[in-house]
Amino acid sequence: MNLSPLIVTYLSLFLIAFTIALVPLFAKHQKILIYVSFPLMSIASAIAVVAGIWSVAIDTPESVTLSIGLPDLPFHLRLDPLSGFFLTTIGLLSFFVSIYSTGYCKGYAGKRSVTHLVIFYSLFIAGMFLVVLSDDAFFFLISWELMAIASYFLVMFEDELIENRRAAFLYLVVAHIGALAILLSFGVLAGATGLESFSGYTFDAMRQTEFPLKWATVAFLLAFFGFSAKAGVIPLHVWLPEAHPAAPSNVSALMSGVMLKTAIYGIIRVTFDLIRVFPLWWGAMVLILGLITAIMGILYAIMQNDIKRMLAYSSVENIGVILIGIGLAIIFTSFHIPVLAALSLTAVFYHSINHAMFKGLLFMGAGALLHATHKKNMDEMGGLIHYMPWTSTLFLIGSISISALPPFNGFISEWLLFQAFLLSPSLNSPLLNLLIPMGAALLALTAALVAACFVKAFGITFLGHWRGHHHPPLQKMGLEVNWPMRIGMILPALMCLILGILPAMVIEWMDKISDELVGGKIATTAGAFGWLWLTPVAHERASYSGAIVFLWIIVVVMLVYILLHIRKTAIHRVPLWDCGFEKITPRMQYNAASFSMPIRRIFGFLFNIREQVRLSTSTISPSFPNRLYYRLRIRDRFWGWIYRPISESSYWISRKFGRLQQGYIHVYLIYSFITIIILLIFAR
Amino acid sequence: MSINLAAQVNSIMAALILLTSFGLLVQRRMYGLLHLFAWQGLFLSISTAIVGYVSGSHHLYISSILTLALKVILIPYILHFLMKQLHIHKEVEQLVNVPTIMLIGIALVIFSYYLTAPIRELSTLVTRSTLAVALATVMLGLLMMITRRHAVTQIIGFLALENGLFFAATSATYGMPLVVELGVALDILIAAFIFGIFFFQIRTTFDSLDVEQMTKLKEED
Repeated sequence: MNLSPLIVTYLSLFLIAFTIALVPLFAKHQKILIYVSFPLMSIASAIAVVAGIWSVAIDTPESVTLSIGLPDLPFHLRLDPLSGFFLTTIGLLSFFVSIYSTGYCKGYAGKRSVTHLVIFYSLFIAGMFLVVLSDDAFFFLISWELMAIASYFLVMFEDELIENRRAAFLYLVVAHIGALAILLSFGVLAGATGLESFSGYTFDAMRQTEFPLKWATVAFLLAFFGFSAKAGVIPLHVWLPEAHPAAPSNVSALMSGVMLKTAIYGIIRVTFDLIRVFPLWWGAMVLILGLITAIMGILYAIMQNDIKRMLAYSSVENIGVILIGIGLAIIFTSFHIPVLAALSLTAVFYHSINHAMFKGLLFMGAGALLHATHKKNMDEMGGLIHYMPWTSTLFLIGSISISALPPFNGFISEWLLFQAFLLSPSLNSPLLNLLIPMGAALLALTAALVAACFVKAFGITFLGHWRGHHHPPLQKMGLEVNWPMRIGMILPALMCLILGILPAMVIEWMDKISDELVGGKIATTAGAFGWLWLTPVAHERASYSGAIVFLWIIVVVMLVYILLHIRKTAIHRVPLWDCGFEKITPRMQYNAASFSMPIRRIFGFLFNIREQVRLSTSTISPSFPNRLYYRLRIRDRFWGWIYRPISESSYWISRKFGRLQQGYIHVYLIYSFITIIILLIFAR
Repeated sequence: MSINLAAQVNSIMAALILLTSFGLLVQRRMYGLLHLFAWQGLFLSISTAIVGYVSGSHHLYISSILTLALKVILIPYILHFLMKQLHIHKEVEQLVNVPTIMLIGIALVIFSYYLTAPIRELSTLVTRSTLAVALATVMLGLLMMITRRHAVTQIIGFLALENGLFFAATSATYGMPLVVELGVALDILIAAFIFGIFFFQIRTTFDSLDVEQMTKLKEED
């Protein structure tokens, strides 16, 4: 048997199955369970990464029909470059997170059983692998549900808290409404293939069909709705900020980093691979939704003080950025400009893997904070850079990457996206000529707001003084996280750097995917000047070298360091934020709410804000208040706009239907009797 | 016995079945109901045997014997036994508005004739004229279930409904395959046992066999 990427993938899946099978053996010994299962999962993920990279590199799709499956419909698997790329992304992050989990889950040992955490964690990763591998609608949906259900139980892990149960329920509802739409979409596509029985449900049959525009549109809209619910496109994003903080941090890293990407995979697969021919307005719609999602996502993120909620909203923003790229790719493809479409898609893929790396890293960092301080609210932290140097450095790297600053990876993908915007020639549509520059401007605004958001996240959490009520509960050194967690965070940080300084190589590796999907390549121009320089379309237009920027940054930092340390007197250590006023307390610091206040003033109309200020005056005189109470509550407007009306009207309808249920057997019998009579009259 | 005569006798049986159905609808006494039900089963059994003779399909004799054994002897016996156990043999059920129920029943019979008219024109079977009666028996059984309050009478209504279905099967198609009939017969028997168990359960829960008590099970809103 010749070794091929698909066989390597089997190996990974078998290893996951083996891990799950091992769990019952160690259920009694929780520590051993953690030490056995998570390393095994990380090996399985690493194997999947190998398979993914390999399959993208050799660029020959492999497909196989399994002998198991539903009656009349065996399951189909296929590993082509597109699946290979997402397999790589999912595998990479699962690899890091599994290492991290070995350390993180030790925190649960002795407190609660992690047995079902391990089982659902493994099933969750297996589900994500299978989603990108499946090649027929049924198997896709089965894997999709496996992923959704497993992650539901992971969100429910700490189920003694009511907000966790509510978050999990909300997640389940949104996930299932989405899955229903996806099912319907595949039904439409399968019906349009015109094949008998179930053979129309294979993706292969859909690929070979020319869909009439009407049905293609219906299928696309349904699929887009369904995948949007999973990806968290506004206004379907409401489950993200609830579910991510509820889940254990390693799980939120996976959910945010890669599970959202499976939805992106689904959109790309259905649009570019199954339907293939599409009108312009789809792209415009996706672009507009992407812009709204990006800008609203980051604005909501800035308003949050809970670090994991903030990261969840930031994921919404990143999904928006990815959708912008997909929208551009659809527009360019419908105008038959394959090179620009390929450029946009490359930006999409690059941003997908980037977001998986840095968002995974940031969630793991938030997990480290939670692990050490048992707090989620940034306003109760502060000054942690002194206690957790590793975590703070790694969190800083994540923040720089997500803020799209060189030399890290976030810059590359956003830069590519800007190139796609800027290089777009004037298209033959006045609306688009208006939309595209506006989109570029909004994307720029988003990028700036992201930077503001993460300055806040890092500054409030790690700089300044400890803000908590109990003054440093923390011994100075005992707070830093253990080594598996550190390694789990160091590796994605390294990946952020590598993806940031070697973009030309990465783009060359994944160029085949966009070639296959939109028939355009950019690697010949992008890597025309070797691995050092990235020149997406032509070197006269734009070029960037991550390595050289990195080198310069290092040189400057070294110079500054040397210059400062040559003179002993240049550095003074004084109390923080003292400003000469000596009676300052940690509670006088700038905090998270005050940091975001200017933005709250400008964009306040987008939120449902309730601010309360109350003075409690002393007995001496009203001019000398001794206490000031400040309450701030910010809520998502979409609850009131969309979700509350829907839930209330469905309650109203169910109450009306509840009237039918009288409790009298006779009434029920009359219902069936009348039904029979009416049917008989009509059937005559 | 000529075919014509057989058809005549069968029609008489159909008329008697319909008559017992109306009897079931308005009879107030438990014992009276039980007897009427047994009579209906007997007519059904005779009718089945006649149809079996006319059509030459001999498995209908087995059906006929099964009907006789189950619906004339065994099930009335079981119900009788239950009534004794539950001390309800003397109870007289209060019926609301007998004339109205009778009028609805007559309307249903007319409706059944109206419904089966097209089938009668198409069919060539000797028994085709009785199909309307069979349908009417089903509907009257259902009507009985709707109008009665006592659990036992509801069960009898249900069994009468099943009689109608069986009659429809023999009169419309000369009977179902034997396997199906055996299965149905077994189902009825098991149903009778389950009803028996439920009677005891309902009795212990509500201290009564009046199904109106079950409104207590409804959730408050």
